[in-house]
Amino acid sequence: MVIYGIALLGICTLLGLFAGELLGSLFGIDANVGGIGIAMFLLMCCTSLFKGRFKIGDISEKGITFWSMIYIPIVVAMAAKQNVVGAIDGGFVALLAGLLAVAVSFIFVPIISNFKRK
Amino acid sequence: MEILNEVLISNNLTTAFVFVGLIVYLSYFFSNYFTGGRFHGSAIAIILGLIFSYMAGLFTEGQKGVADFAILSGVGILGGSMLRDFAIVATAYGANFTDLRSSGKAGVFSLLFGVILSFSFGALVAISFGYDDPRSITTIGAGTVTFVVGPITGSAIGAESEVIALSIAAGLVKSILVMTITPLVAGRIGLDNPKSAMVFGGLMGTNSGVAAGLAAVDPKLVPYGAMTATFYTAVGCLLVPSVLFFLVSALY
Repeated sequence: MVIYGIALLGICTLLGLFAGELLGSLFGIDANVGGIGIAMFLLMCCTSLFKGRFKIGDISEKGITFWSMIYIPIVVAMAAKQNVVGAIDGGFVALLAGLLAVAVSFIFVPIISNFKRK
Repeated sequence: MEILNEVLISNNLTTAFVFVGLIVYLSYFFSNYFTGGRFHGSAIAIILGLIFSYMAGLFTEGQKGVADFAILSGVGILGGSMLRDFAIVATAYGANFTDLRSSGKAGVFSLLFGVILSFSFGALVAISFGYDDPRSITTIGAGTVTFVVGPITGSAIGAESEVIALSIAAGLVKSILVMTITPLVAGRIGLDNPKSAMVFGGLMGTNSGVAAGLAAVDPKLVPYGAMTATFYTAVGCLLVPSVLFFLVSALY
């Protein structure tokens, strides 16, 4: 049943977000601490379990793969609802701060990725 | 016409599927016919989405891009954090445990380093523009971390509301730049494997920027980048109003 896949995805997502909120309140901050990461970890644990002892089944699997394929359209919708005017109206300080941070961070991607290989 | 409007509005999520479908179709058409497929269709789709949202923002003076039009209010649901998070988690299906483990250290390092790096540049820009009280400098630096860390820090340390608004703008600029620039520079910075995706997620941190940037490069990399980026805002909320604020206060 396709709903089993969706439900499993839902369980992992909700548990992860719940754990993230708990961690947040533990640290006393008003933010979700790694909820999505925990949820992804849970889903990966489940799927590696399925490969061994349990079988999720091809059709149930589609409930998960559908959502991972619909990801890009969701991101496009997300882009279409950003506050772009707000970003540009923020003035030169905001533009420069954002631009510099992004540019420097890009430069460090290959540097940190290659740390160990040297 | 009025009846059509009514149907579109009361079925807003369905309308959003059609709207996004059209954007994606157009984008892949452009990609194939004008760039020979070299510029990825999803990158064009994301940029088109941002352009539409800019035009909509000018027209409606709202904050939610095209979702401020009643007919397109469904785009707000489709692109909202609930479905985005759900889909990001789904991308982890098929991600590889060993890849994750082998680049774990680089990921954690990039996370701490990324927060401090973005904060420092935001704070330096604030200082060079004449801000001289530690609260404003810290809040603008915090906004450069992400647009969530900015207001959380600002209200925690008691910054003025103008400065908080500025910090949100800095975070928005960052997230939009990451969305648009990532596909252009991906090849040059070696963003083509799980490890560099994790480092990228840790350095950039903005959830929406990382999500969209990696989607336009290679959807297979999304779970790795999202995995580290999901901790970024939290690390920012922990470090900025405490350690980094004390540091800025000590210097000023």
